[in-house]
Amino acid sequence: MKIKINGEEKEIEDGLSIAGLLEHLQIRPARVVVEHNRRIIARDAYGATLLAEGDALEVVHFVGGG
Amino acid sequence: MEDWLEIAGNKYRSRLIVGTGKYKDFAETKRAIEISGAEIVTVAVRRVNITDPNKENLLDYLDPKKYTILPNTAGCYNADDAVRTCRLAREAGVGKLVKLEVIGDDKTLFPDVPATLEAAKILVKEGFDVLPYITDDPITAKKLQDIGCAAVMPLAAPIGSGLGIRNPYNIRIILEYATVPVIVDAGVGTASDAAVAMEMGCHGVLMNTAIAGAKDPILMAEAMRQGVEAGRKAFLAGRIPKKLYATASSPLDGMLN
Repeated sequence: MKIKINGEEKEIEDGLSIAGLLEHLQIRPARVVVEHNRRIIARDAYGATLLAEGDALEVVHFVGGG
Repeated sequence: MEDWLEIAGNKYRSRLIVGTGKYKDFAETKRAIEISGAEIVTVAVRRVNITDPNKENLLDYLDPKKYTILPNTAGCYNADDAVRTCRLAREAGVGKLVKLEVIGDDKTLFPDVPATLEAAKILVKEGFDVLPYITDDPITAKKLQDIGCAAVMPLAAPIGSGLGIRNPYNIRIILEYATVPVIVDAGVGTASDAAVAMEMGCHGVLMNTAIAGAKDPILMAEAMRQGVEAGRKAFLAGRIPKKLYATASSPLDGMLN
């Protein structure tokens, strides 16, 4: 299925959770915050939050800034 | 002597707040911050590069147990985006302190004051400790402290300009009205600029480019720490009045005839 991650369309396998997606992308969950269809998802809910066709995800973290 | 900067119920020894942008690498960032003595450091919230996620993370170098992490809303041009950014930052689990900046124009990076006020109201209501970046306008500063912001952060000059305090008279009025800490944010160029802000009675100084953009950022970080400390001590000590004519330092009694 197709979802949008950080503005880019991506083909991922059906039925993947946020935790599964982060693992697939090799992103450490402890260092990121995920917004799923404009709703912020708590870290402990990554495993239980399943993705669906057309979902929009934002995966953000802290970078250097002033 | 005990002299603390108190923001939102937390006490800090250092009155210098530093940014983490524009450094050569994370190792230099870490070193400069250590030397600066800062206990509060600003960070930005950005998308993870999903095609290359294994890059090192800033927080691998800045222990949130050691530093108070102050996420900013840099790059936000409206209240909604700024509020969204703050909510994301809070979810990262580094606390509820945020540096609110709603930019009005990309050439000056001056704040959009009405949008800043709008965002501040929402964020305070949601329990954030809000540190807003504002123009050096006493009325805006007063409105923001009345809303419940934890400090006000008037600019010295445009972000990254290095011009120093361009309107010390306005900063003085902001200080007179202040019921929360006043932190000069942006526009500092060198250590004397930071010292001037502190001598005036400002409670702190926030900077990024002045350190990160110096030829030797580590040495400048040390200079800024000393500038802030010197300015603070001079303020507390109370300077002599300025006079037009001389006053002799040596006694006149006992002169040879």
